[in-house]
Amino acid sequence: MIKIDHLVKHFGDKKAVNDISFTVEAGEIVGFLGPNGAGKSTTMNILTGYLSSTSGSAIIDGVDILENPMEAKKKIGFLPEQPPLYLDMTVEEYLNFVYELKGCTLSRKKHLAEICEVVKITNVYKRMIKNLSKGYKQRVGIAQALIGNPKVIIFDEPTIGLDPKQIIEIRNLIKTLGRDHTVILSTHILPEAQAVCDRIIIINEGKVVANEKRENLTNLIQGNRRFEIQVCGPQKEVMSELKNMQGIAKVEYLGNSELDSNMFMIESQPGIDIRKTLFYALARNNWPLIGIDAMGATLEDIFISLVDKAKEQQKPKRTKAQK
Amino acid sequence: MLAILKRELRSYFSTSIGYIFVGIFLALSGALFSYTTLQQRENSDSSFYFTLMLFAFVVILPLLTMKLFSEERKLKTEQLLLTSPISLWSMVFAKFLAAYAIFAVTFLVSCCNFFILFNYGSPEVAIILGNIISILLVGAAFIAIGVFVSALTENQLIAAFGTMAILLILLLLGVASSYVNFTPIRLIINWLSIFTRYTPFTYGEFSFSAIVYYASITFVFLFLTVRIFEKRRWD
Repeated sequence: MIKIDHLVKHFGDKKAVNDISFTVEAGEIVGFLGPNGAGKSTTMNILTGYLSSTSGSAIIDGVDILENPMEAKKKIGFLPEQPPLYLDMTVEEYLNFVYELKGCTLSRKKHLAEICEVVKITNVYKRMIKNLSKGYKQRVGIAQALIGNPKVIIFDEPTIGLDPKQIIEIRNLIKTLGRDHTVILSTHILPEAQAVCDRIIIINEGKVVANEKRENLTNLIQGNRRFEIQVCGPQKEVMSELKNMQGIAKVEYLGNSELDSNMFMIESQPGIDIRKTLFYALARNNWPLIGIDAMGATLEDIFISLVDKAKEQQKPKRTKAQK
Repeated sequence: MLAILKRELRSYFSTSIGYIFVGIFLALSGALFSYTTLQQRENSDSSFYFTLMLFAFVVILPLLTMKLFSEERKLKTEQLLLTSPISLWSMVFAKFLAAYAIFAVTFLVSCCNFFILFNYGSPEVAIILGNIISILLVGAAFIAIGVFVSALTENQLIAAFGTMAILLILLLLGVASSYVNFTPIRLIINWLSIFTRYTPFTYGEFSFSAIVYYASITFVFLFLTVRIFEKRRWD
């Protein structure tokens, strides 16, 4: 559905986007993740035809945005970081304006009513946009992106500045939209990508550092080697027994819990399933194991390690160039 | 294009700027009309009225154009326009047309003043009509310049004062030319001057070259506005 090929964008001397390539299949929700200034918004702005790329191509449903912008723009609904709302209009006037602007041919009344239903703004339809809360403004922005039923919907930081309840509502809304549309969502909030997206593309300093399915990304780094365990037994002895197990890489005491038990985090060496060894070691000492939870790495861990990895890979090249 | 035109027209009157413009325009034109014609009795000169109006435009036309693009840029609503399936030309032209429509209608309404003159004498219809047509053309050129300046900045005040400055310079070029002794430069200044081009109409002459000149200025500045948006996309 979307094919980005060797995209480069310079702002003066700065390379905001530096040779980015990826594809997005129809019906996917893809998260575009990166710190502020990583090049997320620039990529999205190129994809929507707001900016032109210095080189490379962006193809939406077979149409190149540079070669045939009119056709490509018809296939895209876009919610920029700041929703493009005219504050002096009512929601009704605004949505009708966007409907006409996009040259939409669907039945106007029915289409707008459906959208308002989906994004839950029917109750503010007649109100002035300037009088709406931030959450509602964001919804009106999303409604605007849905007009014309575009195949691709692009959200740039859709939950920024919203309160926790609104954030959850908007995330659920995006998930619902993902059933019928291809969705790209940019964010710097990792749990957001985790909660909403099927696939996550991590970008840093204008380059893609990872492009994985959500589950794979976690496995990629840690491979499910970490467990949180709860053991009824004296802390020091349990600790030393755990450390002496074969195939153990790391043990950490997390604190004591109910039933006179202690919590530990254990991490095995790569390629080793530590669970059986753990069971027998504790059984030998008559320390009941009353809880075991697999701990995937959080996206924060993944993100930091991937970004560091990418930096390390760049370092030798730089020194070579300096020489 | 129609969507933007409609939105702009509505926005002039959903904010107060449309009413302020119409109010100031009609009050000013009424006062100038009364001063230049009614109070002059048999010496009344409608051309003088139009010339004064031309200078009044320097101050009041930027009211219409100052927010056209600068506000869109400030509120980031231009992202909606620029990512919608419409051409830059239709976007720019729709904005121009909205401002022009308000100007033209208000101006034509103000011209009703001339009916009063027919009660007292027989004014020269040719001169009045010639002036009206040329004012409509000069207005288009001025508004195109305002549209252009508005696309340069996100600050409405800068857009307004910038437009005023450019319009004033263009009008005063004709006056300045009489102080230039070097003939070729004087000719060039006269050629460029909006005011010098306007003079034939005040005698009731219909100047085709002036019409082409005003239409060209309008086109050039609208074209430059489109170029600004294209350039910004590539930068």
